[in-house]
Amino acid sequence: MLERLADEIPRFFSWSNMLLLGEAMAITLAMTLVGCVLGFLFAFIIAFTRQVPGILTLPFRTAAILFVEVFRRIPFLVVLFLVLFFIQAVAQGTSLFTVAVVSICIYSTAYIADIIRGGFESVARQQIEAAQAMNFSRWQILKSIIVPQSWPVVLPPAVAFMVGFIKDTSLVSQIGVFELTFRGRELNNMGFSGILVFGTIAFLYFAISYPLARWGQWLEKRLAR
Amino acid sequence: MRGDLSHHLEIKGACASYGRIQVLKGVDLTLGKGEVVALIGPSGSGKSTVLRMVMGLTLSTAGEIRLDGEAVNYRNPASLRRLRDRIAVVFQQYNLFQNMDVMRNVTIAPLKIKRRPRDQVVADAKRVLAKVGLADKLAAYPDELSGGQQQRVAIARALCLNPEILLLDEVTSALDPELVNEVLDTIRGLAAEGMTMLIVSHEMAFVREVATRVILMDDGQMVEAGTPQDIFDKPQTQRARDFVGKILRH
Amino acid sequence: MNYTFQWGVALQHLPGLLEGAKLTFIIGFLTFWGASLLGLVMAALKTYGGRIARRIVGAYVIFFTNTPALVQIWFLYFGLPDVGIVWDKFTCMLIGLTLNSGAYLTEIIRAGFISVRRNEIEAAETLGFSRIQQVWYVIVPHIAKTIYPALANFFIVILVMGTSIGSVIGVQELTSQAKDLATVDYRYLEVFTIAAAIYVVLTFVASITLALVGRWAFRVKAKIF
Repeated sequence: MLERLADEIPRFFSWSNMLLLGEAMAITLAMTLVGCVLGFLFAFIIAFTRQVPGILTLPFRTAAILFVEVFRRIPFLVVLFLVLFFIQAVAQGTSLFTVAVVSICIYSTAYIADIIRGGFESVARQQIEAAQAMNFSRWQILKSIIVPQSWPVVLPPAVAFMVGFIKDTSLVSQIGVFELTFRGRELNNMGFSGILVFGTIAFLYFAISYPLARWGQWLEKRLAR
Repeated sequence: MRGDLSHHLEIKGACASYGRIQVLKGVDLTLGKGEVVALIGPSGSGKSTVLRMVMGLTLSTAGEIRLDGEAVNYRNPASLRRLRDRIAVVFQQYNLFQNMDVMRNVTIAPLKIKRRPRDQVVADAKRVLAKVGLADKLAAYPDELSGGQQQRVAIARALCLNPEILLLDEVTSALDPELVNEVLDTIRGLAAEGMTMLIVSHEMAFVREVATRVILMDDGQMVEAGTPQDIFDKPQTQRARDFVGKILRH
Repeated sequence: MNYTFQWGVALQHLPGLLEGAKLTFIIGFLTFWGASLLGLVMAALKTYGGRIARRIVGAYVIFFTNTPALVQIWFLYFGLPDVGIVWDKFTCMLIGLTLNSGAYLTEIIRAGFISVRRNEIEAAETLGFSRIQQVWYVIVPHIAKTIYPALANFFIVILVMGTSIGSVIGVQELTSQAKDLATVDYRYLEVFTIAAAIYVVLTFVASITLALVGRWAFRVKAKIF
């Protein structure tokens, strides 16, 4: 075993392989970032919609709640396949990277919407009543009171979710996006030892995830001040 | 007696409920220009709900509220906005915006809601904050201030809206005893300037001093109304005698 | 969109999908209990153990929570045979998921340990409780009540996120079944939609059951939605 590893290591850590893995890391990070940032945007819209009372917005509210509740109960892998087959049915030739980003966006929207809703609900009712009594519009209350007061509550779990989701994007390898896990499987298929390959892949994920997770914890402490 | 007799604010047969519990069972009240009306009564008698109802924070289930003779439609945003444009409220728990400093708390509504020119608003705010004795706290955040200071900022915030009527909801009951007077002094000053006010208070000596009329409430109803002398010295009903007897023994 | 939905064809696969749902539930159940046991031991070591034990548990948690479960399972499945350990795919997935979930549960259970307050134990001591009575009547109920919502939530996470990973190495759970049955007559969208619906129903029933159990057993108001 050790001889095999000693034989493989120089070949495995070749310049071209490292370039390949570096590029794969960039893809992993890029799709998580784009998907989650878009997800945050949509989540914010959903959370805001859920706040607006009245019969006119009832269909939107129901749709928002259904969206959040349903997609939090379906595995990411299933969402990925649904998006893939749906997009293939409506728009052939869409890149797999786009499929991955759309899936990540849908999934993170559902999770982050719930985080934001929790944050909105953490703002004391009296703060909102004071603003209402001074004729603040719904939008002004959101902008001047709710968002500034809730972001210390929203940001840490939202960041934790996004950082945690970097790992879950490994499932995107299943539809053939050339991200980190996919390249690992490929190298393994080329005959490199599974221990060597997946050990390295795990280490690379760790190298992305651990510093970001620490940064998230630091952020939480700082905001809780 | 101060104030003219035209009914500035008028509440007629107002009822309100929290869930299944009816907290107001038909309240009638008038407030003339320049009057200071005080609502007194035991906790849970519905005094604060009257103020919340006037501001549209609690919706009434029956009755009506008129401002200068015109009925307010609380379900109509424009009508509610017109009312809130003219009446300001100060809450028991101050409810200063925690994410804004004192100056911002006081100026945000005149600037962003009333859209008045900035230099005028800033000058106004500085003058009013100086009047309540907080000229040196403009950049402080609410959590850096004592309860009494926060409550004075809240009063300044309400005053900078240039309201025609000021509602004060137990503004001293959340304060430590030694901080009560600084707030009461501020209100005394307002009364002397002729500000129309509807006050909910537990400070009987203070009520007696500033109120032009006193209304005693119990169990969501008005028990007795009259001048402070009427209510405190010669109460007519048994309930009023009980209540006044209890507070005078303190 | 020129895609004609053919639900009738897809619905013929319902029995197969339900078969997969059964396995999904079994995997979720086994993983949850295995990981809880592991998490309990690890949390105890991390809270009450010696310096070295604490270090080791800390490293375990940090490593397993910062790398993807999929890569961990592939490491077991494709890597370990290199050193002569050959496990079947079911075992690999169960061990992988248990190790992965155990790391998260260590943190959850540890939070429960830390929440036990000194003065509660002292109160029990002054009331003349024996050591065992203290543990049984004061400490265990307190911990159970504190961590129950997080545990219940994590069971759902395992049921959804965790088990679907099995499909990647071909364990015939729900996602895997959907993948296979969809290829029979190419009704991908329909079959995956039905699978998604089964996931929603499955987790919904689990959520409600857990909320009711929590209410009866620990008087916790667990959130269903």
